[in-house]
Amino acid sequence: MDRTLIISSSPHAHSGVTTPRIMWTVVGALLPAAAFSVYLFGLAALTVLAATVVFCVVAEGLAGLAFGKPLTLKDGSAVLTGLILAMTLPPGLPLWICAVGAFAAIVVAKSVFGGLGQNPFNPAMTGRVFLLIAFPGPMTRWPVPSGTGDTLFGAPVSAIDAAGAAVPAGSAGVDAITAATPLGLLSEQGARAVDTLSSGIEIYLGQINGSLGETSGILLLVGGLFLMARRIISWHIPFAFLGTMALFAGITHAVNPERYADIPFHLFTGGAIIGAFFMATDYVTSPLFNRGRILFGAGCGVLTMVIRLWGGYPEGVSFAVLLMNACVPMINNITAPKKFGLQPSAAQGGGHA
Amino acid sequence: MNILIIVLMAMLTENFVLSKFLGICPFLGVSRRISTALGMSMAVLFVMLVASLLTYAIHIHILLPLDVSYLQTIVFILVIASTVQLTEMAIQKLSPGLYDALGIFLPLITTNCAVLGIAVLNVDRGYHLLEVLFFALGAAAGFGLALLLFAGLRETMETADIPKSFQGAAIALVTAGILSLAFMGFSGLAPTS
Repeated sequence: MDRTLIISSSPHAHSGVTTPRIMWTVVGALLPAAAFSVYLFGLAALTVLAATVVFCVVAEGLAGLAFGKPLTLKDGSAVLTGLILAMTLPPGLPLWICAVGAFAAIVVAKSVFGGLGQNPFNPAMTGRVFLLIAFPGPMTRWPVPSGTGDTLFGAPVSAIDAAGAAVPAGSAGVDAITAATPLGLLSEQGARAVDTLSSGIEIYLGQINGSLGETSGILLLVGGLFLMARRIISWHIPFAFLGTMALFAGITHAVNPERYADIPFHLFTGGAIIGAFFMATDYVTSPLFNRGRILFGAGCGVLTMVIRLWGGYPEGVSFAVLLMNACVPMINNITAPKKFGLQPSAAQGGGHA
Repeated sequence: MNILIIVLMAMLTENFVLSKFLGICPFLGVSRRISTALGMSMAVLFVMLVASLLTYAIHIHILLPLDVSYLQTIVFILVIASTVQLTEMAIQKLSPGLYDALGIFLPLITTNCAVLGIAVLNVDRGYHLLEVLFFALGAAAGFGLALLLFAGLRETMETADIPKSFQGAAIALVTAGILSLAFMGFSGLAPTS
């Protein structure tokens, strides 16, 4: 059909920014860090990444068929959810657990709520928390990067078999070589065990163990800043998130350096950077207004640090993001801009109706 | 035990709705609107405080001296039921609007497991008066927090294009489940007894 004349109501100009384009840009921003995790952990990382993405896409397709919705595979959201979910999983996780996580993320957290744009909780975070609570053993087995010696940052490295039981190193049943993550060490032994880490270069480059996206802080930071430069995400949530964490870590470290680790340690270990730039900034599950975004980011930072320092789990980013997701409707209510010209008395009653 | 720890524990770690799964009926029943959720939270706060203090006093001064603590459950139910009846009459008189909004759910607190639960837990754990007071405050605050967050989510979801088979109670339960998963992050935050 001849499209030289467009007859429709305004607006006519289109910036070219579409949902698929945003999704694929974010996927691209995550790829360097994902590639680095494959370099560190080899096949164990590659299979988790590939399987989780494939399972998520399959789940999206099946859910679309089951609920009679148009197929939404092309918008890239399922691929992105799969990639982010995979980045929060430990390398070498059994593939059937990846499949359960993909189901929880795509079907339970998204499709039953009506699909993309209508889910109150971040799908990838729901998938991870679901797995962490359902399979605490496999989800906390942390293989060490290839080329590690007998200890990793002072933590003894141990060999385990497929069931997770300790076996002598070098024996036939060895399935993986594991060690505690830096945050796990902090949680168990206090800041003394990890106080040399911030002065080394490993935690910044990512030569540490942990889930795939917990390793390379620098590459994730580059990806996040790229998204910011492309104006895919605004600065409000990541800065408020990391800033609050830094403030919290700075104060607790100053009060008791024996027990609480310093700022760089908290920012560059665990899921802080990937959480702040890639998870908390999800359009669907974050607040609509900038003031609300700052509140949201600060809330994520406080909850993350509270769980890390005093909670039962060594890492709290995914819980913090989910908890703040639940607060988003309230935050939107509180921070909604006043309508222009509205009288104060009318604004009080009419604002939230 | 430290009062602050008791409040935090009752509110977050041992959240009555999301980790103890007590008081689910008002949680699902009155969470469609934030305004009614707020009213319900206030009613629960009042009933929990009064019921805790009353049952504590009855336990210490009547049940224990007479050595009839096996009557605990039935006595507590009676006391709570009459307390709720009083609350209902007071609200009907003082705030007809709130009374209409809460409707059937105010009498429901009569048989609310959260209120009976807090009375029994107070006694089981051997809390003294101040601890009873703050445990009730924390538990009611946790109930209100869960109910308000949930009501906010449900208001937002009203416009969502939810598949037919998941509309209504189904999606509410899925949401409550994910909210409960998120609250699991608080586990271990304060020592649980």
